[in-house]
Amino acid sequence: MSLTRRQALLAGACFCCVGTSAENAAVVHEVAPGIYIRRGVDEDVTRQNDDAIANIGFIVGHSAVAVIDPGGSRADGERLRAAIRQTTQLPIKYVVMSHVHPDHIFGAPAFQKDQPRFVGHAQLPRALALRDEFYRKRLEDTLGKERAGGTVTPTLLVQDHAEIDLGGRVLQLEAHKVAHTDCDLSVFDPTTGTLLPADLLFVQRVPSLDGSLKGWLAELKALKTLPARRAVPGHGPTSVDWPGGASDLERYLGILLRETREAIAKGQDIEAAVNTVARSERSRWKLFDDYNGHNVTQAFKELEWEQ
Amino acid sequence: MGTVKRLLLAAVLVSATQLGTLSSAVADDDNAAERASRWQVLQQALFPGRSLKDGAGIVQLDAPPRALDAALVPIGIELSAVKPIKSVYLVIDGNPSPLAGHFTFGPKADPHSLKLRVRVDQYTNMHAVAETQDGQLFVATKFVKASGGCSAPAGSDDTSALQDIGRMKLHLIGDFAPGKTEQAVLMVRHPNFNGMQMNQITRYYTPARFIRSIDVTYEGGSVFHLDSDISMSTDPVITFGFVPQAKGQMKVVVRDSKDITFDHSFEVPASQKVAGDSGTNPGA
Repeated sequence: MSLTRRQALLAGACFCCVGTSAENAAVVHEVAPGIYIRRGVDEDVTRQNDDAIANIGFIVGHSAVAVIDPGGSRADGERLRAAIRQTTQLPIKYVVMSHVHPDHIFGAPAFQKDQPRFVGHAQLPRALALRDEFYRKRLEDTLGKERAGGTVTPTLLVQDHAEIDLGGRVLQLEAHKVAHTDCDLSVFDPTTGTLLPADLLFVQRVPSLDGSLKGWLAELKALKTLPARRAVPGHGPTSVDWPGGASDLERYLGILLRETREAIAKGQDIEAAVNTVARSERSRWKLFDDYNGHNVTQAFKELEWEQ
Repeated sequence: MGTVKRLLLAAVLVSATQLGTLSSAVADDDNAAERASRWQVLQQALFPGRSLKDGAGIVQLDAPPRALDAALVPIGIELSAVKPIKSVYLVIDGNPSPLAGHFTFGPKADPHSLKLRVRVDQYTNMHAVAETQDGQLFVATKFVKASGGCSAPAGSDDTSALQDIGRMKLHLIGDFAPGKTEQAVLMVRHPNFNGMQMNQITRYYTPARFIRSIDVTYEGGSVFHLDSDISMSTDPVITFGFVPQAKGQMKVVVRDSKDITFDHSFEVPASQKVAGDSGTNPGA
């Protein structure tokens, strides 16, 4: 998978212009006043997509900008930064890293020159310590070292709740219990009633479970009580109604829970369960075959110790 | 036991020296020739001076072609009744410590079907090597692709389960009939953590804590002895065969790298629907 010298030079040459020229700016949609979201493609990472597969974006206040998820790679982050600079010259004071998965945070190095506070869940440093190297190596294998990016140590940790002030606009941050991962951080903008739950909300693209199934359902239930009128899914459309936009995810997770429990009760093993659980959901989600088996495996190992 | 440890150390030593460049290449590249030469080296380290025969008809290794979760890859080993089997080795060539487990069967075992869950670090070959009572070795091979997407690296699991460490469950699959082979599923709560060095940025550090051995006996006779390592998944689950009497005691002793032992006895068959759930039972 290593780059030829020519490819490396080309990649390097491309990389120099990333973030400086207008055509390299990410295309963002203003989903609510001052909230701009770039839609991620419904694919897994490839050399062609630069790991720009998650919904990422930024929120503009009167005096500062907060990035909410810096992107899936340095290249992705640079393009988001270019989009910000096309929109506003206000300083980028915060870069929120919603959780440990690389498709959301490996673009963080693109914002280091802005010297923002890098914000994360209190458990994010631990998760990074465990996974950072593994993720970086894999991403570098696919994208090459120059474009891959990496992680940045969070400088503002959220234990429970926190607020960040962008000037006339205060964002509410919540550190969740184990759900999609063990370090999910959501953002709520009361000004526009917009919830940015990142990967606590998947729409159209099949969810990936990397924390706790029961925990995720519980956190989702709590999030639905927020006075939000719309939410920005971590994957899928840039904006959905809230709480209605959570219904597909809740249904899938509920089926995953029920059918995995049934498989365990019947004495099935994991190999059998991955081929039977949640099959009725197959036509409803993109990338179902790539993740459902993984989700069943995760659910199984969580639920087999129940009772 | 001492022998296995030496073999394991030998394997690690070999991988650190002769395979130094090779192992990093394997991680990046699924090159068949490199995998073959890696297995050659491992074979010599694990089974010096012994020849391995094709295991077709004797030993069969079942593994998913693509790991759905790198930290939990279900593995099945089927052993034929044609030759009496003494023990079986599971080798995961690409893992940092390639010898994942060595099961030695006792008189109470019906050693024809085994299942366990392992970690897979990268695209790798796996080998099941069956050792017959007369000392011959038979090998079966499978290639497994590491998982994609959002999955965690092998061995990164949450260590919060430590509070529940040593809890065990046992249940039987299928209808119970005295004198007929029964498949039992043994579950053990244990992080089986491979340890992590100090991360210079985050200052996080986790000491190794993994299962070194599991002994299962039934009515005082050995079912199996397992020497294991960091390649086993968190909260190991092992499915194995034995021949029960009308009523008997199955005893499980787990020893980990901190030399802590956990033991539990199960009534077989259980009086309740689900066989005994032990709770933590550490003895030091």
